[in-house]
Amino acid sequence: MSGIEKQIMTLRVQRGGPDDTPRFDEFQVPYEPGASVLDALVWIRQDVDPTLAIRYACVNANACKECMVRVNDKVDYACTARLTSEPMTVEPLSNKRLIRDLVTDIVPPKEQLSAVVETRKK
Amino acid sequence: MLSEPIHLDTDVLVVGAGAAGMYAAIAAARNGADVILVDKNLVGRGGATIMAQMTVAAAVGEQSPDTWEDHYADTLTAGRGLCNEQLAAILCEEAVERIWEMDGWKVGWAREDGHMKQVTAPGHSVPRCVYVDFLNTGPAVARCLRGEVAQGDKIARISGVGIIDLVVQDGAVTGAVGYNQEDGAPVTIAANAVILAGGGLTGIYRRNSASANMGGDSYALALRAGAELVDMEFVQFFPIGHLAPRLVGMDPIMWDPFRYKLGGRLLNGQMEEFIHNYGAEDSGKYTAPRDITSFAIVQEAAAGRGTPHGGAWLSFEHVPENDLRDAFGPVIDKLLNNGIDLTKQAIEVSPIAHYHMGGIRVDGAMATGVPGLYAAGEAVGGANGANRLSGNALPEAFVFGERAGRFAAKAVAGKTRAWDGAAANDALDQLAARGGNGGDVEPGPEFHGMAKELRELMWDQVGLIRTTESLETALARIQSMRSELEALPAGAAAGFDMSLRGWYDLRSSLLTAEAVTVAALNRTESRGAHWREDYQQTDPALEQTQVVGLSGDKVEAAYAPLERR
Repeated sequence: MSGIEKQIMTLRVQRGGPDDTPRFDEFQVPYEPGASVLDALVWIRQDVDPTLAIRYACVNANACKECMVRVNDKVDYACTARLTSEPMTVEPLSNKRLIRDLVTDIVPPKEQLSAVVETRKK
Repeated sequence: MLSEPIHLDTDVLVVGAGAAGMYAAIAAARNGADVILVDKNLVGRGGATIMAQMTVAAAVGEQSPDTWEDHYADTLTAGRGLCNEQLAAILCEEAVERIWEMDGWKVGWAREDGHMKQVTAPGHSVPRCVYVDFLNTGPAVARCLRGEVAQGDKIARISGVGIIDLVVQDGAVTGAVGYNQEDGAPVTIAANAVILAGGGLTGIYRRNSASANMGGDSYALALRAGAELVDMEFVQFFPIGHLAPRLVGMDPIMWDPFRYKLGGRLLNGQMEEFIHNYGAEDSGKYTAPRDITSFAIVQEAAAGRGTPHGGAWLSFEHVPENDLRDAFGPVIDKLLNNGIDLTKQAIEVSPIAHYHMGGIRVDGAMATGVPGLYAAGEAVGGANGANRLSGNALPEAFVFGERAGRFAAKAVAGKTRAWDGAAANDALDQLAARGGNGGDVEPGPEFHGMAKELRELMWDQVGLIRTTESLETALARIQSMRSELEALPAGAAAGFDMSLRGWYDLRSSLLTAEAVTVAALNRTESRGAHWREDYQQTDPALEQTQVVGLSGDKVEAAYAPLERR
C-alpha cells in the first residue's frame, strides 16, 4: 500500500540450541527505510522459516523488553535497532542460558514453571 | 499420551497477567486464596496494559469537582445506548477506590500543586483522566502491579505457559490444560475457580495496536467451556493510529495524549479540516468521538482525499517547540530519532484496531454462567456498549480484576478440589497428537499463512465498513479455515518453537473471528463502532445486547434485553 520502493539487505541470524555448534543462516530481507530488526525477524518467521525462535510480545513499541538480542555484537532491542543497507548479524544474549536460535532464558527465576512446581509441592 | 503432564494445584487460576490478571491475583490472595497467575509471555510485560501510554478515567475529583455518576453518564452516552448499566456503574464507582489504592502502591500518578493532574479526554464532561508522565501510564501500572503480586507467598507466577483448554466436569470448570513454551511439556492445573484475563482480540486485524498475544484467547476458551459472549460485533478502531513515516519503539496510538494536551489539527489530503462534515466538531480541540472520527478518516480516503499512505494528516506545526517539550519532554527526542520533527511536518494517521467492547458475559461478581469460571478486564463484554469512552480500559482492568479475584476467592473458600484428571485427557491427547510433548510431528508451516490471511480478511471484510456481502464472504472463509486448521499438524514446541503456540493461537482467533462476524451479520443497523453500509440507520428496536454461544461447533447469536440498573 505504501508507494515506497523496498530495498534488500542481508541479515545473518545465529541458529541452533545449547548443544549445537552455532551456525549462521543468511536471509535476504526486503525492507523500507526505518524498519526494525524485529520487522525482519517477524518477516522471516512469517514468509521464509517459521521455525526461527524469537521472543517478542509488544511488537515494536519497546514496552515488553522481551526482544533483547545482540545486533552486530552490541546488546540492543530488536524492535528499536534499525535495518541498514550493510549486512547485519543478530545473535542471542551471551550472558543468559541459550534455549534456541535467538531465544535465551530471561524469565525471572521465581516465574519459571519448574520453580513453581518445587515451591507448590505439598 | 507420551508422558505424564506436569501437574499443579491451586484455589484460583488466573490466565493472563496484564493489569486485570495481576489485580485479580492480588485480590484473590488477600481474600484468602492460593493463586496461580500464568501468562504465555512474561508476567506483567505483555498484553494491552504495557502498551497504554495514557489515560485512566476515574472521578477522583482532584482537578475539579466530579462524581462517579457523571462519569457513568458520559460512559452511557459514549456507549450509544448499549451499555450493560450494572457493569458500567460498577466500573465508574469503583474506579475511584482503585486509583487511590494504586496511588498508595506508589504508581506515580502525575501531580501538580499537591493534587493529581487530570485531563479531559474525548467524551468526558470534566477533566477526569489521570496518567503517569511521560507517556508512561501502562509501564508504570504494570511495574506497580508486578511489585504487588510479588508480595507474600500466596501468588505463584508462571511465565511462558500457554493455556489451551479449560477442564469442565459436570458443567463446572475445575482447571485447565496448557503447554510449557520452552520445552513443550504438557501442564495441567487444578483450580476451583479460573479467571480469564487474557485481554481482547485486536490481533486478528491487520492494523492493530495490540501485543502479539492478543488474539482472542479468552473468548475462545470461554465459548468452548460453555460460557456466553456479548456484543462481539463492536470492535473499537482508534481513529488516529500512527501510519507514516515509519515509527519504532513507540506505541502506535501515542498521538492520543498529544492531542489531549496540545490539540493538533486533523486534516485531509487537501490540508482541509473535515470532521465537521461528519456530524462532529474537531477544529484542533480533539473532542470528536472515536467512532465518528474513524469513520470520517476512512470515508475521506475512499473519496480520494486521503494522504499518500491512505490516512489523514495530523499537524502540530502551529504548536511552539517549547510547548511540545513542556508537554512531552524526552518523547520529542525519541521522535527526532525517528526522523520526525513535529514543528516542521505533519504525520499521517489512520484507524487501527485498538480495543474490543464485546466479550465474556458476566454478572456483577464477574462470574460467567459456568460455575467456577470468571472473567476480568477487556475480556469482559458489555460495560462499554457500542463505543468505549476514552480512558475506560485501564479502570475496567483494575475494577473488574479486583472483583473477579475477590468473588472467586470467596466462592472457593473451604471447598475441596473437584479435579478429576480423567477430564483433562482429551485435551492432553490432542496436544500430544498435534506435536506437543516433544512428539515427532514435524512443524506444519502451512497454517502460518492462514494467520496472515485471517488478519487481512477481518480488516477488509469485518472492519470499519461492513456489508451483508462482506460479512458473508468472511464467515464462509473463516468456517472453512476452521476445518482446514483441524486437519493440519501443529508442530513441535520444544526449544521455544512457536509452531504449537501458533496453531492454538490461530484456533482461538478463528473461533473469535467467527463470533465477531456472526454478531455483525445479525446486527442489521449502524451503531457506535458497528457501521453497516447496507443498514446505515440506528434501529431503536435493536437497543439490545447480542448473546453469542457455541452450539456444537456452530457459533450462534441471539438478541437479549440490556441489563438495566
